[in-house]
Amino acid sequence: MLIFLGKRLIQALIALFILITIVFFMFRLLPADPTAAMVDASLSPETQMQIKASFGLDQPLYKQYFIYLKNIILHGDFGMSFFYRESVISVLASRILNTIILGTTAIIFAYSLGLILGALMAWYRGSLFEMSSIIVGLFFKAAPQFWTGMIFLMIFSYGLGWFPYSGIREAGYEASGIMKYFSMDFLHHLILPATVTGLYYLAQPMLLMRNAMLEITNEPFIELAFAKGLPERRIIFYHAARNALLPATTTLATKMGQLIGGIVLIEYVFSWPGLGREIVMAASRYDYPLAQASFLLIAFVVMFYNVLADLLYGFLDPRIVY
Amino acid sequence: MKSKKINLLFNDPLAVAGIIILTIFIIIAIFAPQIAPYDPNEIIRVDGKIQRLQRPSGEFIFGTTYMGRDIFSQVVIGSRIALRVGLLAAIFVAIIGTAVGLVSGYYGGWIDTIAMRFVDILYGIPFIPFVIILVSLLKPSIWNIILAVSILTWRTVARIVRSQVLSIIQRPYIKAARVAGASDFRIMVFHILPNILPLIFVEMSFIVGWAIISEASVSFVGFGDPRVVSWGKILHTAFNNGAVRVAPWWVAPPGFAIVLLVISVFLISRGIEQAINPRLRDGR
Repeated sequence: MLIFLGKRLIQALIALFILITIVFFMFRLLPADPTAAMVDASLSPETQMQIKASFGLDQPLYKQYFIYLKNIILHGDFGMSFFYRESVISVLASRILNTIILGTTAIIFAYSLGLILGALMAWYRGSLFEMSSIIVGLFFKAAPQFWTGMIFLMIFSYGLGWFPYSGIREAGYEASGIMKYFSMDFLHHLILPATVTGLYYLAQPMLLMRNAMLEITNEPFIELAFAKGLPERRIIFYHAARNALLPATTTLATKMGQLIGGIVLIEYVFSWPGLGREIVMAASRYDYPLAQASFLLIAFVVMFYNVLADLLYGFLDPRIVY
Repeated sequence: MKSKKINLLFNDPLAVAGIIILTIFIIIAIFAPQIAPYDPNEIIRVDGKIQRLQRPSGEFIFGTTYMGRDIFSQVVIGSRIALRVGLLAAIFVAIIGTAVGLVSGYYGGWIDTIAMRFVDILYGIPFIPFVIILVSLLKPSIWNIILAVSILTWRTVARIVRSQVLSIIQRPYIKAARVAGASDFRIMVFHILPNILPLIFVEMSFIVGWAIISEASVSFVGFGDPRVVSWGKILHTAFNNGAVRVAPWWVAPPGFAIVLLVISVFLISRGIEQAINPRLRDGR
């Protein structure tokens, strides 16, 4: 187990290193010129050179690469944001937490609802309930997340006025440090984006749970539970569902990785100040250090969840031996 | 054998529904300029007055935009981009993924190791952020979106094809072919590939849906091709003009078009899967 963990971590580190390299060259070799957005053409040539030098843009490419590697690996320094004029890390520090909180809430919502619905669908097989759950799951899976977000904004924020329509807190609301995540106001802002994201990921745990439940319900021990005269609800959730949890739960970490990768759109629609929204803003402002760092951080989170997924398989399913 | 599988596909009502919806979309896309009552970029004026944010009516089936453009025409024309992106991306992905998977599974050894490690790395790359960044670096255009989607998505096809090759290669007829003197290329293309094709089709139809959603997403956040009308771009303009607040008719139609098209390819993909895999038939 430990050896497997070690191997997997080394593999992930190599992958990360290669990714960092690919990203560097992607940003440098492509046609768009990173100096163009930064350096005002109306400035005198000396000033232009000075600005370029201050961002290391005047060095040859391979030197830039080594400076870049050294800064990221040794100092965790991703450079200065062209737009905010402060270090990329300090811009992104608060964004990471916002993204992870939104993602975690969404995945918990998707899996708890999905597992319960899946269990009930199998139990009431062939019913109207089963059919409509499938249709709802499929619909939200096929609908682009940002569009679902727009529709929900239209109905629940503008139509009914139940939820705020953007951001993470009311204007003028002041709270410091970690406490800002424990207020009713924050929760109020979180519900709508988390629900929309969660609905997109609902179908998979729901259908996996349903299929696993269908197999379980034919097992003799379920029949025995009925014969003992146990109440039906107890049989569904206590006897059957518990044994059917495995296939769906093992997908959780992988899905979490995917969810973080796709959260860009939700953050954009709901003006949620996270990593994904920062990527869009940075890319449209040609703020390359910031776009690059946000992208790498998202990739890092995705890789982290992929490693976690591999470890969870072994932990949740004792039949898997490394 | 082949025709029996096709029969199975046509006996599945959901798959047939999918095929019908997809066919309708294809017909709409082909005849889009004839169907659309207006030019999608035309600013419609009546008596010199711009027809801003008109509600849906007989004249404007889905209403008009803030700039006085006809939404129905835009949605109809947009089907062309969606289908083009979906089909082309699926074809590119299938070709790259199949080639890598075939070679990797057939030769094994270090070729396999390198290819699969590379696929692992690709799995760590977040999809939508990657497409956004690549498209913004390369300049927004339909071709760059197709390129970005293809560069990343072949990973799934490569993995699936490789695992199939590994099992097929063990069968006696492959050895027989080798003894008979067939070249590696011939074995891969004529003896192994036909057995994997149906599975590749299943993946391809998924990718059609996936690519359509990706194009819409990238256009929605503002990196769409500036020269074309796509469903994602209609929604981008709608969102930026505050249509969520004032014009539901502007938001709903392009979204429903995406949902319908994507569901239709899901259904087709599920149908093919059931036709080729007897274990999935008979209820489940």
